[in-house]
Amino acid sequence: MSGQEIVFTLLGVVAVGSGIMVVTTRRLVHAALWLVLSFGALAGGYLVLTAEFVAWVQVLIYVGAVVVLLLFGIMLTRAPIGDSADLDSGNRWAAAAVAAATAAVLVTVMVMGFRNERMPLRAGGGSASALGGSVFRTWVLPFEVLSVLLLASLVGAIVLSRTDIGSRVAGRRKGRG
Amino acid sequence: MHLAYPTVVAALLFSVGVYGVLARRNAILVLMSVELMLNAVNLNLVTFDMRFRDRLHGGQVLTLFTIVIAAAEVGLGLAIVLLVYRNRQNVDIDRLRSLAESDDAPDEETEPGPEPETVERAAP
Repeated sequence: MSGQEIVFTLLGVVAVGSGIMVVTTRRLVHAALWLVLSFGALAGGYLVLTAEFVAWVQVLIYVGAVVVLLLFGIMLTRAPIGDSADLDSGNRWAAAAVAAATAAVLVTVMVMGFRNERMPLRAGGGSASALGGSVFRTWVLPFEVLSVLLLASLVGAIVLSRTDIGSRVAGRRKGRG
Repeated sequence: MHLAYPTVVAALLFSVGVYGVLARRNAILVLMSVELMLNAVNLNLVTFDMRFRDRLHGGQVLTLFTIVIAAAEVGLGLAIVLLVYRNRQNVDIDRLRSLAESDDAPDEETEPGPEPETVERAAP
């Protein structure tokens, strides 16, 4: 094993282990905090794979924005802060069987398919200048479409979360907004 | 670097996400598990971009687009979850059975649940 492989294996163990903690912990807030650790370890993995711009975007958007949104959701739904006994539904064992089967199939396919493949890791392939040139030169039309999608989801979230607009406005006006 | 390491990590993360989506009851935890699955896909995209040395950086650009779409999805999903909570005071996805195909229990209060689930009927 080379040094890159050792570092990536450690980060992958951290990412998968904290992912398992996300889906098995009995506290909602702890699940969100384990998610931070999992995303951070994945960002480290991107750095090892020389995709540095993707790594920083991962830190900014996932660790910064998405987890904060999830924590907002946890607090706004008045979830219990401490232990809650019924976070898992009754089909936990069926879910574990399905997940184990998925893991077995995927790991077998990946190991057998890419057993002899090696990838060259040279620095510079994922820098901000390379990716920026690629985004604004080749992929500029998907970029603009994506901005329209973001605008649409923003408007949709506002419409969904406001109570004084919508179909049944008559008796439910609360003066918010 | 051997290609098996990142692909195996991505496969394991994806199956952890599958377990979370199927086994969790709280809707926000299901959203977190979906995020784990999306991250597994992102790791695969970056890995194969580096493997093929794509001149257009298609894998990494698609990873950025996936991250943006995931952020939009979480925003909309949480808005929907909050709307459900405001109407039902409950975000447990196996107790929201108003649209289920069952003749005997059209309402979720008549469902023979194992425990009566002390829901606080707080005024919003």
